[in-house]
Amino acid sequence: MLEELTGILGHVERIQALDLDDVPPTTHVIERQNVMRDDEPRPGLSQEQALREAPEVIDGKFAVVKFDQH
Amino acid sequence: MTAEESVRALHAGETAAADLVDAALERVGDDRWGAFLAVDAEAARERARAIDAAPERPPLGGVPIAIKDALSTRDLTTTAGSRILEGFRPLYTATCVERLERAGAVVIGKTNMDEFAMGSSTENSAYQLTRNPWDEARVPGGSSGGSAAAVAAHQAPWALGSDTGGSIRQPAALCGIVGMQPTYGAVSRYGLIAFASSLDQVGPFARTVRDAALLLSQIVGRDEMDSTSLEWPEPIRLPEATELRGLRVGVVDELMGEGVEPGVRAAVDAALGRIEELGGAVERVSLATSEYGVATYYLIAPAECSSNLARFDGIRYGKRFEDATDILEHYELTRGSGFGAEAKRRIMLGTFALASGYYDAYYLRALKVRTLIRRDFAAAFERVDVIVSPTSPTVAFRLGERVQDPLAMYLSDVCTIPSSLAGLPALSIPCGLSQGLPVGLQLVGPAFSENRLLDVAHALEAAIGFDAHPPGIP
Repeated sequence: MLEELTGILGHVERIQALDLDDVPPTTHVIERQNVMRDDEPRPGLSQEQALREAPEVIDGKFAVVKFDQH
Repeated sequence: MTAEESVRALHAGETAAADLVDAALERVGDDRWGAFLAVDAEAARERARAIDAAPERPPLGGVPIAIKDALSTRDLTTTAGSRILEGFRPLYTATCVERLERAGAVVIGKTNMDEFAMGSSTENSAYQLTRNPWDEARVPGGSSGGSAAAVAAHQAPWALGSDTGGSIRQPAALCGIVGMQPTYGAVSRYGLIAFASSLDQVGPFARTVRDAALLLSQIVGRDEMDSTSLEWPEPIRLPEATELRGLRVGVVDELMGEGVEPGVRAAVDAALGRIEELGGAVERVSLATSEYGVATYYLIAPAECSSNLARFDGIRYGKRFEDATDILEHYELTRGSGFGAEAKRRIMLGTFALASGYYDAYYLRALKVRTLIRRDFAAAFERVDVIVSPTSPTVAFRLGERVQDPLAMYLSDVCTIPSSLAGLPALSIPCGLSQGLPVGLQLVGPAFSENRLLDVAHALEAAIGFDAHPPGIP
């Protein structure tokens, strides 16, 4: 794993060669801002549906391994 | 039969949906190519019966379709090719699949893919290998290799795939079929299990350009559930062009050089000759930043996936292990066993690129290179209408040949990555054979130029006359 990651990093390093001082970053290829929908409630999943695919359910809740107390 | 011919025959009463679905299921049979992860024969037959019995036949009439397993299908297993979603049955269906079902397509099964769409050969699937119907010792390409193989083997007339850095176009090229990545935002990603959200797109596989257009026409357009999806400016038309007079075509200098197999270059050159015979003018264009495309993509895509894959933790859905005594051990066991090597590599690369102290040097720089790549295309499109190149630098490679060398695998995408980074529409059509294996020609257009691209591809397809039957496939 380390060897492959080192090799990949070696390749991506090449972007260091470019002069990017005055280049703005692209975060979105399409110009969209504040795409909203009307603030109208609509039905979502029932509790039963939401739990259907859970590996473990306790008392109608997702069972989670305890967090370390230390 | 093409999908279009099937639709016509269904509406003319010459065949029934039940017959087409039965025939498709029979051709899937024992799935010799390993294209399918799940086939729901009973549900497909039931759906076909319902369509046949309805007073009015829906537009697509009951034509069968295969769906990449990255797309959620309610109550039918959806794994994204990963163990971490083994047995997972979504509670909803992806918008694009829902639109197709409403239009009358019948989903016959879910197709194999590289895990979480990461790969160029489908060898990263946690479940099975998919073989290229042109040569079963070779890869079908990836990550949508199952969909490509199913269509190439005539198991379904068409299929949906997803494309992030070439995952529809490259398998289409390697399997000798048509594959298209639309403009970013054209097709809703709601229900597509996310790999890299600024790059992922859903698109069609088919054996003809008109079929690809027909499929695309059913799925484009704004979806309230995906805020990056766009109002589509004009309907997708079925192409009819027979010549290319007045068309200015640019062939990418950087993608016709040493890194491309001679046989691939020869087939692409022959296609350029066809373009000129049809009246088009071909000139060379330069996408100077394309040599940085793979490096840029393999910083941005892993960064986005490291965030998108954080949700797989064995708590709300998917696989989990019982032995963990605390939460950290739980995550380590679940994600350690549930993810394959490539997924782990990309999560780690992405986390690194976003890490404090490295963010500016890697992720942010990559976003800037992305801007340069967009500018390269914009400049080229001032001079030409369509940009062409090989889709893949090689024909289908052998199973096992590159899977141990991730960087060699990444370089499979050198031709397809630039248009992905720029969010531009691109399609691949077969343009010939090299060593008996299909070669794909990639056509890229400006954003929203799907109709023109399809017209050009359609005219060229007729002139090339590629036989879409792999040896031994009737």
